[in-house]
Amino acid sequence: MQAEAKSGSFKTERVDDGVVLKPLGDWTASAGEPLARQVDRADLRDAQGKTLVIDLSDLGRLDTVGAVLIRRLVEQAEAAGAKARLQGASAQHERLLDALDGRGQEPAPTGPKESAIFATLADFGAGVVSLKDDVVLGVSFLGAVTMASLRLLRAPWRFRFTSTVANLQRVGLAATPIVALISFLVGAIVAQQSIFQLKNFGATLFVVDLLGILVLRELGVLLTAIMVAGRSGSAFTAEIGSMKMREEIDALKTMGLDPIEILAMPRLVALVIAMPLLSFLASMSALLGGGLVAWLYGDITPITFLQRLKDALTFQTFMVGIVKAPFMAVVIGLIACTEGAKVQGSAESLGARTTSSVVKSIFVVIVLDGVFAMLFASMGI
Amino acid sequence: MAELPEADGHELVIRVQDLVVGFGDRNVIDGFDLDVRKGEILGVVGPSGAGKSVTLRAVIGLLPKRSGRVEVLGVDLDKATVKERLAVEQRWGVLFQQGALFSSQTVKQNIEMPLREHTSLGPKLRDEIARLKIDLVGLKPEAADRYPSELSGGMIKRAALARALALDPDIVFLDEPTAGLDPIGAADFDKLIMTLRDSLGLTVYMVTHDLDSLTTACDRICALKGGKALAVGPMSEMVKNDDPWMKQYFRGERARAAGIGATAA
Repeated sequence: MQAEAKSGSFKTERVDDGVVLKPLGDWTASAGEPLARQVDRADLRDAQGKTLVIDLSDLGRLDTVGAVLIRRLVEQAEAAGAKARLQGASAQHERLLDALDGRGQEPAPTGPKESAIFATLADFGAGVVSLKDDVVLGVSFLGAVTMASLRLLRAPWRFRFTSTVANLQRVGLAATPIVALISFLVGAIVAQQSIFQLKNFGATLFVVDLLGILVLRELGVLLTAIMVAGRSGSAFTAEIGSMKMREEIDALKTMGLDPIEILAMPRLVALVIAMPLLSFLASMSALLGGGLVAWLYGDITPITFLQRLKDALTFQTFMVGIVKAPFMAVVIGLIACTEGAKVQGSAESLGARTTSSVVKSIFVVIVLDGVFAMLFASMGI
Repeated sequence: MAELPEADGHELVIRVQDLVVGFGDRNVIDGFDLDVRKGEILGVVGPSGAGKSVTLRAVIGLLPKRSGRVEVLGVDLDKATVKERLAVEQRWGVLFQQGALFSSQTVKQNIEMPLREHTSLGPKLRDEIARLKIDLVGLKPEAADRYPSELSGGMIKRAALARALALDPDIVFLDEPTAGLDPIGAADFDKLIMTLRDSLGLTVYMVTHDLDSLTTACDRICALKGGKALAVGPMSEMVKNDDPWMKQYFRGERARAAGIGATAA
């Protein structure tokens, strides 16, 4: 080993039968790119038709990078029409050069590069096709879940009660603080904005009708669905996805167990139970927030607020909102489980699937809400 | 570069003294001593749960130790400055049990990662080095552009070894390199390790259970039991040890099948 690391370089010398090239200093990765550039610029024209002798006797340390560069020199000499020969290598250097000799030369064949426009169009096309696949996958998953539910109806003791309760706790109970808080705030904001606008018409009191109907029919359930998709849908996708990555799902299948019955059913059932409960909680805290603002900002006393609310709302208003909750729960659960099942081997794909689970759930939940709105409108409710 | 300490006429690249590693109220490793000589292949064996992997992780600093001293390449890792530590880390390569390849990168990108981060090499040279390492560990050139999830178990081990070798380390740590490989693949891997040791001048610290690896590849063996190094020495000394576990391990049926019993007789 040399006493002090000296950055690698080389010097060339013309002799009668060609050129002698003497590498100096350490030819290691730390010499790096400067040395590589120096090697690429090496002037070997004098060696044309003669021999290039690479004299390694003054070389310091040598590693793979240095060895590759020496190989490059040899190739350059041969390209320039000279014969190349190594001499004076120490035993250690020789072993390394021998070990690397002729290795890793051929780059793997690469396909022709696609143009950017073509790649964009291809991506778009693949996206459209995968949309169809998504629908097919979702529907077949729904079918599988239905079949599993029917089987469970015949053999109810096979239903995973413990797992369902555990999931219910995670999805429902653990979500109550955040769902209540956000709904409270949104209710308060909606009330404040409505009062601000309605004041111009002297119709401040109508804020109660507006808030009550909006919250019970739409906001409560929609806010809850969006939060559940973000909180629990993502968790389901990540759980099922990482189980898929570690072959746990395959293990279940080989034991003759149905992953849908074991993994999907408890989660779906928990969601279906938790969503209406959370929606109710969300509606109530939104009304509370709105009522508080109406009292403090709009000078509507709680008594007046409740009286007015009682006149404005019917039981139907409440039902129209809450009836949507189980459907949204099923949609969130289905998307979360199918996205989880689509996870491939890499950590990146787990992240991508979790993101797309949340994005798709929220999108589909809003679309579903619109479909319900049209349905109820045509029913005259 | 720090001078390597010496003992019995051998330069020592790793010195572990009185290492204690524990979880909760239990010390898994308790008073472990080990010297690893330059250029040797050292195999660490022991019953399951004896703390072989824990020792390895403590030596490379992934697990905090309760007490003791770990010196790698003449640098005491507790007293080292950040810069010194970084310099040591660039001179060792680690092959994890499951390979630990970055799953979002291709094999070639995995190997280029340390080169890109720690050297000034340009893309062309990096590509050349990565392809060379891929060839060196016996992978086909096509494997370069595959993702880890598309590789078989043996290929993952080889690709991970190629990454561990990316910076031409002085030491490689191998955690069960042949576990999960078929006997032929395992034998090839042992041969590969020996070839690389001879050509690149590596020192190898290998945690293994494979008796074939121990006989063919390892120069010395360290038997770990009860949190201590029970015995350190070549295979010929191992088979003479009278500890019940050692007897069973090195003179049992599987050992005889691996041809160890013959040397003991």
